[in-house]
Amino acid sequence: MCITCGCSPSKHSASKKKVVDVFEKVLSNNDSLAARNRLILDQHNILCFNLMSSPGSGKTSLLEVTIEQLKDQYRIAVIEGDLETENDAKRIRDKGVPAIQIVTGSACHLEADMVFSALQKLDLPAIDLLFIENVGNLVCPASFDLGHHQNITLLSTTEGDDKPAKYPVMFRAADICVFTKTDLLDYLDDFDVHQAEINLRQLANTAPCIPLSTRQPQSMKAWFDLLVQTKLQHQQKLKQQKTFLPKMQKEGKTLHKETHYEPTSTVLA
Amino acid sequence: MHELSICNSLVSQVTKVAQSHHASAVTHIYLNVGLLSGVEPQLLQQAFPFASAETLADNAELHISMEPLEVRCLECFQTSKVTMQNLSCSHCQSWKTQLLSGDELTLARVELKIDED
Repeated sequence: MCITCGCSPSKHSASKKKVVDVFEKVLSNNDSLAARNRLILDQHNILCFNLMSSPGSGKTSLLEVTIEQLKDQYRIAVIEGDLETENDAKRIRDKGVPAIQIVTGSACHLEADMVFSALQKLDLPAIDLLFIENVGNLVCPASFDLGHHQNITLLSTTEGDDKPAKYPVMFRAADICVFTKTDLLDYLDDFDVHQAEINLRQLANTAPCIPLSTRQPQSMKAWFDLLVQTKLQHQQKLKQQKTFLPKMQKEGKTLHKETHYEPTSTVLA
Repeated sequence: MHELSICNSLVSQVTKVAQSHHASAVTHIYLNVGLLSGVEPQLLQQAFPFASAETLADNAELHISMEPLEVRCLECFQTSKVTMQNLSCSHCQSWKTQLLSGDELTLARVELKIDED
């Protein structure tokens, strides 16, 4: 007999209800693709940073100066994410390093599968340091692990020092926080480097804060030193069969179930 | 608006669960969302019908439970309820705290319709 209306089974088939407990991260698919990217990077001894910030805060300028300074020491490559144009990739290529442009169209952030496709286009054995310049956006990119090792969040002085309080999800994800355009501090009354750091600390974030201006070479030393030091730490971790995980790998209590990478043929297509 | 990407991911996840139980439809989806997950529940609700159209989750009801922000202090070891802008310990004011809950984006449970022969 049908449990819904009591009719005979021949009239229409009955259906039953089943409740299934899942407890899985909603982005577990992206996360396992990201874990695979990280494995590929680690196998090639590549340290990978994900640069995030609002548009115009100086991600590409920071990369240009960084490449200029470190290109004799490390083999550098860049993956650029933008809604439109190849402009940023061209600026990077002009510095003599390979750059892959991902044009996302209307997508407001990069995801792990896009980065996987970009990795296919790079000569991985010839890279030591890889920078991913995410789409300029202080909201969406913070939710997606790309398979990189550390998040670098930029905050330019023209944006105001309260941005960490306004965009807590993004700034909580920062492994390194860079305050850019400090050469403009004299002209601005709403950015205090100390206050910006306090706002970041209130998010329980212990990330190093580096104030700098790409126009003032003397202000760049701490940044270059940190990159060199992080590269060394990554190499040491690899020797111990470990690696860096970016802060966005969630700590919440319901997420202790680890996601595992399972090779699938569909993502390779 | 990354909520559509998240809904696409959610739909493929619940579809897999439904298929593994030979269900004919997904009727209810229960999500746990933390305030610090970076996801706007209202936008998820708006994006869901687009992501679920013509899938087993079409017309499923999406239930979102917001998880409170709770931290444990790494200095005084007490737990406190906090706000998004300030995750410092409310007992000793230290900013060296660890989030216990509030950044999750978890598929907790699904309710399936299973046809009987």
